[in-house]
Amino acid sequence: MVEHGDIRVVHRGGSKIDFRQPVITNDSRFLLCASGECVKVFSTSTEECIHDLQGHTDLVTGVLLRPSNHLQVYSCSIDGTVRLWDFTDGILIKTYVIGCPVYSIYASANHEGVIFIVVPMLGDKRSELFQLVAVHLPQSGDQLVESRELSAVLSNVSSNPADIAFGRGGEYIASAKGLQLKVFFFKKQKSYEFSLKEDNKKGGLNTFTCVACHPKDDCIATGHGDGKIRLWRNFNHKKEYTYSTLHWHHNAVSSLCFTPEGTNLLSGGVESVLVQWRYNQESQRDFLPRLGAAITHIAVSPDGALFCTSHSDNKITIIQSCVKVSAVIQGLVKVLRLMARTKEGESVQTDLIVDPRSKALVLNGKPGHLQFYSLQRDKLLYNLDIVQQEYIHELGLEQFEVVKAAFDASGTWLATVEERKQKSAELEVNLKLWAFDEQTQSFVLNTTISAPHEARITAMCFRQATDSQTTMLVSTSKDGHFKAWQLATPAHTEDEGPSWSCDFVGTYHGLVPECCCFSADSSLLAVSFQEVVTVWSPTSWELLTTLSQPPGAIRDLCFGRLSCSKYLLGTTAKNLLCCWNLLTCSLEWSTSMDISLLLADPLSENMAAFCCQAGCTDLFVFKPSEPRPLFSHKAVCSGTVTRAVFAPREKMLDSCEENSQWLNRSQLHFLTQYMDLMTFTTKAEDDRLMASSKQLVIDDSVAMTPFYLLLGKHRHQQQENQDPMSSLSAERTPLPQSSVAIKELLQTPAHVLPSTSFLCSMFVQSLLISVTDLSGCRENNKKAEEEMESEKEEEDSEQEMESSIVRSEQAAVSVQSAECAAPALTKAQVRELRRLKKLDHSWLAGLLDS
Amino acid sequence: MGEFKVHRVRFFDYMPSAIRAMAFNSRTERLAVARADGAVEIFNFSDNYYQEKVIPGRDGRAVEALCWVGQRLFSAGLNGEITEYDLENLKPQYVIEAYGGPIWTISCNNQGTHLAVSCEDGTVKLFEILKEKIQFQRNLDRQKSRIISLSWHPSGAQIAAGMMDMIRIFDTETGRATHRLLVERGVGASKSREVVVWSIAFLSNNTIVSGDSAGKVQIWDGLMGTLVRTHLVTKWDVLALAVSQDESSLIAGTSEGTIVQFQFLSSTVDRQDRDHEWVRTRTFKNHSHDVKALALTDTAVVSGGMDTQLVVHPLLDKVEKNTQEAAQRKIAFPHRSLVGCAKKAGLLLFQFPDHLELWRLGESDGNDHICCSALSPCGGWLVYSTVSSVRLYKLQHNNNISVNKVRPQQRIIQLRSVHQLCFSADSSKLFASSSQSSVVVVALNQLECKYLQTLRHKSGHSCPTAVAIHPTTNNLISVHADQQIFEFSLQQKEYTEWSRKLQKQGLHGLWLKRDTPVTSVGFNPKNPTHIILNDTFMFCIIDQSLPLPESSTILYNQMTLRSLPAPERTRQSHAFKICKNFQHVLSMSLLDDLSLVVVERPLLDVMAQLPPPVRQKKFAT
Repeated sequence: MVEHGDIRVVHRGGSKIDFRQPVITNDSRFLLCASGECVKVFSTSTEECIHDLQGHTDLVTGVLLRPSNHLQVYSCSIDGTVRLWDFTDGILIKTYVIGCPVYSIYASANHEGVIFIVVPMLGDKRSELFQLVAVHLPQSGDQLVESRELSAVLSNVSSNPADIAFGRGGEYIASAKGLQLKVFFFKKQKSYEFSLKEDNKKGGLNTFTCVACHPKDDCIATGHGDGKIRLWRNFNHKKEYTYSTLHWHHNAVSSLCFTPEGTNLLSGGVESVLVQWRYNQESQRDFLPRLGAAITHIAVSPDGALFCTSHSDNKITIIQSCVKVSAVIQGLVKVLRLMARTKEGESVQTDLIVDPRSKALVLNGKPGHLQFYSLQRDKLLYNLDIVQQEYIHELGLEQFEVVKAAFDASGTWLATVEERKQKSAELEVNLKLWAFDEQTQSFVLNTTISAPHEARITAMCFRQATDSQTTMLVSTSKDGHFKAWQLATPAHTEDEGPSWSCDFVGTYHGLVPECCCFSADSSLLAVSFQEVVTVWSPTSWELLTTLSQPPGAIRDLCFGRLSCSKYLLGTTAKNLLCCWNLLTCSLEWSTSMDISLLLADPLSENMAAFCCQAGCTDLFVFKPSEPRPLFSHKAVCSGTVTRAVFAPREKMLDSCEENSQWLNRSQLHFLTQYMDLMTFTTKAEDDRLMASSKQLVIDDSVAMTPFYLLLGKHRHQQQENQDPMSSLSAERTPLPQSSVAIKELLQTPAHVLPSTSFLCSMFVQSLLISVTDLSGCRENNKKAEEEMESEKEEEDSEQEMESSIVRSEQAAVSVQSAECAAPALTKAQVRELRRLKKLDHSWLAGLLDS
Repeated sequence: MGEFKVHRVRFFDYMPSAIRAMAFNSRTERLAVARADGAVEIFNFSDNYYQEKVIPGRDGRAVEALCWVGQRLFSAGLNGEITEYDLENLKPQYVIEAYGGPIWTISCNNQGTHLAVSCEDGTVKLFEILKEKIQFQRNLDRQKSRIISLSWHPSGAQIAAGMMDMIRIFDTETGRATHRLLVERGVGASKSREVVVWSIAFLSNNTIVSGDSAGKVQIWDGLMGTLVRTHLVTKWDVLALAVSQDESSLIAGTSEGTIVQFQFLSSTVDRQDRDHEWVRTRTFKNHSHDVKALALTDTAVVSGGMDTQLVVHPLLDKVEKNTQEAAQRKIAFPHRSLVGCAKKAGLLLFQFPDHLELWRLGESDGNDHICCSALSPCGGWLVYSTVSSVRLYKLQHNNNISVNKVRPQQRIIQLRSVHQLCFSADSSKLFASSSQSSVVVVALNQLECKYLQTLRHKSGHSCPTAVAIHPTTNNLISVHADQQIFEFSLQQKEYTEWSRKLQKQGLHGLWLKRDTPVTSVGFNPKNPTHIILNDTFMFCIIDQSLPLPESSTILYNQMTLRSLPAPERTRQSHAFKICKNFQHVLSMSLLDDLSLVVVERPLLDVMAQLPPPVRQKKFAT
């Protein structure tokens, strides 16, 4: 067996950004959110990810601005560390080792040097009980600090960060769990507990779902399972506490947040509506509806100007003062399933597929949609509405869902299957075929076949024909039939184009077909009927042969590609991987493995098999021609992998190492049990990535906008230009003034800027000042020097001035065409500019002054 | 216990009257409730919320407001009259015309020296309270529109008056209006309609709270005359306000049937002295219709309105959990029997406020409303009582029934106002329990009736709610508001052995926890040891031959007994056999042929007769 060596499993794109409440920085320019094993820093204005704070080795469970320094941020993780970052530069300042998984983090300005974290009780990792502990962060210069001094504050708290909140000025902390609310006063070291009845008369759930505390008043807002919000007051009395109830949400309130001044309370839930309640005038409320998906978290910027809401479809919406959605940061859409019956891990129903045209990853997206996600750019391209029905945000409502999707080889046709199961009665299934429209660059519905089969469709594949004239789709169903669908021009062709119709219905001894697969050249169709694999000719619909390797029903079928196209591989439920030779119609080899997923790389002979062993999944990559794995990776992830795909690379790698060769042409992506998209990366790739990230180190607090990139380049050039100069005269200091002026110009809000004419002269002067300044000080310092020399200096400085003019010109050009990078100046242009410099520019100043 | 043939009677379409006004006297713990038909009921909160007294109404006398002055009760109504009640004899004592048109409200100052009434003609009239009467003193500044609500400042120096579109503050010394607070009208279509300040409260810190027809509860600064805060409580009207004694809590009743509580809370928990603010806290929904009358006692919210029920909703932060006080009570039916049953003749007598129904015989009687009635077991006698008199009738029924009035001079002087009436089994004696904890026995023969004796209970005892004479032993059974049961031997003139034993051992806790009083007592003609009791929700057969239940035994054990083998069953059975098969029972009596007559009045039928409630948006409709 070949060991995996330098190939790693990594999160590359598509990780959750709605896992924990995001944080908006004090200046409202950045949004920080926990995303997988790192903290992502987004720009609130451009929606772009500026950088990742990488360092944690497990899921990040909380992000929190440091109360004493608003330029630093704490993050906590399951890996048992709390890390302190400088988020503007992406620098890890300190790592505090706690020693047990941390589930959430809280801090208050009143508790200097102390953070509060939620850890499992008794340090037991498996424990279901959690406690809130205070951690005194030791003052130490080291980068890695052990801080295992934990003092318990509250026991039996919820691990959900929304269930704990600091009260006014950090004087107390409120924690809700189940039906109990606990308030702990730090000064008196006393806690009060309030319980609710399990449910009210109307059957609503009284369970606490979230807690928020008013920043100025002693008022605790709690959200409940039945959609009520309770505002608790007088909670320092065991009996005379009181609460008022607000009720708008019809389902559980998932998040509550007071605005920094405490004038408003924001709430959100599955209704996808942000509700703003006036504090103390609760009958007045504002709504921001149609946010797309259930709200999971709400955060408000420290100045109260920006709100942001996380949504269950892996999206963060940035809202300006509760009226306008100003930006949407969309991650890989996590499939939202509100159905109670759904088991976890089943939420993506379609296979992972790659759109042959855009090379985008296609899978379930928003409810009733397919999403197209660009893996290269780690960005959602668009959602295609398949179901074309209004989605109703209600728990337990059965709605149409996309369960299967398939592309043909050229990406011209897309077939989708949607189904709705209503209370185990009648299953509604629709098969839809979509044609790619070149003009609109999107898929257009061509044919809808309602009830294509009498039962659930188990598999579906296109014939990978090279000539698009004879496109064929085969679907297999639980009703015992497999059907072939063909594009046919209807008899009365006047206004209608060609549409799809059934061409052939096949059965085999009344058995239920499970998988179907076309061979690489599309001359053969393999359909598995429980233990039997039947091979058909799709042109004549003749049953060519049957292959059988009992015991166990066939789970996956795959034809070999390229040089191995004579092989057909199948996995059975009884842990067998078989390889048949289609020329001899006999079993070539077989091996005993519990393979959960088998898939073929369309660009090579390689096949990948995920096998599940002892709760972990192993990966084997092999060629069908030889039963020896090219590559194997133990314990790729925990749980079973049921969805994976080979995505073609944009640029081929040229690795010659044997075990990483299989990654040269395409990349293998897979979804874990927890819907994390993972991939394999080689060391070479890692190195390249590191190198490119080093180039992009940002030394300033300017957001990474295209404009900034231009400016950065401009400065880069400036520094380069200065370099020879400084080597000429070493005592010369660099010229910061010009950049200061530019900064001022760009950072001062437009409405407080003086008139353009005034600015322009100042701007031009700022470019000149350095010279006079320098020459001035030169004069002061070296009075004794001869005039000739000083003249020479002047010439030097003139030269520099010239270069700065060139720069300013360049900057102007950049401003005008922000997309294109500033072109390098040719020699001729430099000469031209030099000529221009010689011209008298005083008319310009005169013009501006007038 | 055997089985009965049950006559389930549901054709008694008794309709309780809507509650119009309410006044709570915290010193005596008595609540006075005025109904739309003019009846005034007194509930004794210290005696298990028992409806102690009922002063029947009169046609044309609608009570709009009630007011306690010490032990004295005053009412005023839209007929323009102020009435003081005689609470001993349960009738109006005197009536004074205020000469200001219809009176909207009546209010007494804290000192108990003056009454203020607000009139349709825009005047507030002050009456001085004297012994035995009241005397008009003077008018405050006359306003242009009617005055709906009044509230005295606790010092008695100022009165706040709510009227159309505004609130006025009067100085009671000078009679001048000192402030004019304009109340904003509702939005939208109601902008053109005048806003009515239905209720107002003047607190000791000079805060004025008003509730108006635009659905607002507004907090005003009474010194500066400025609006402090507006709470929009409902889309409809805020009809009533009530403030707790310590002025820390306030409730507002709305047309939607909700009651909203406000509390005077500090915004921060540790500094209790400052930054207090009225914060809306709880909402109670116990009514389907307008909440017209409210009272806030130390421990509970008492409310009543159009849906005729009196609801006592305990404030859980003020009472101990799991006590008698912590249970919510809804008093839907009067605590006395409105149904008479002639056991031998099989006749039923239904009592309505203004007439009696005997089978189908109806009878109207003057202006006074009937307060109680009874029918003799033989069906030969019918007796009823109004505020002014007790009348006895002789019934003759061969095929058609004829009613003969017994001669007027035979009205019994001693029986002036009577709570309960009943006949002995042989129809020879009439028993009446009056409100002064005494039982009056009257012997009847065919032509005349004569007064025999008065039995007097120990004073200070709970009010009897039902009495009956045993047909064979001639023992008198009385059941009281505190659920106690007594058996009194008329021969020996003392309590019987069983009664003493019961008192010694005490009644079962669950029996004492029931919240409706027993309204009738009956006997099993075949088995003299059986006493049959019923209240609104159950009926009970007490078998005097069986042992009394211990406090540890299960009281409601009929179902478990049924599943036990016979010897075990006899060992486990106890004297109280309770059946809860019927709901909202107004009367229950066992006829001689062992058939049970149950008169039910399902609450749903009462609800169905109410006018439709205000329109409310229901979620998902």
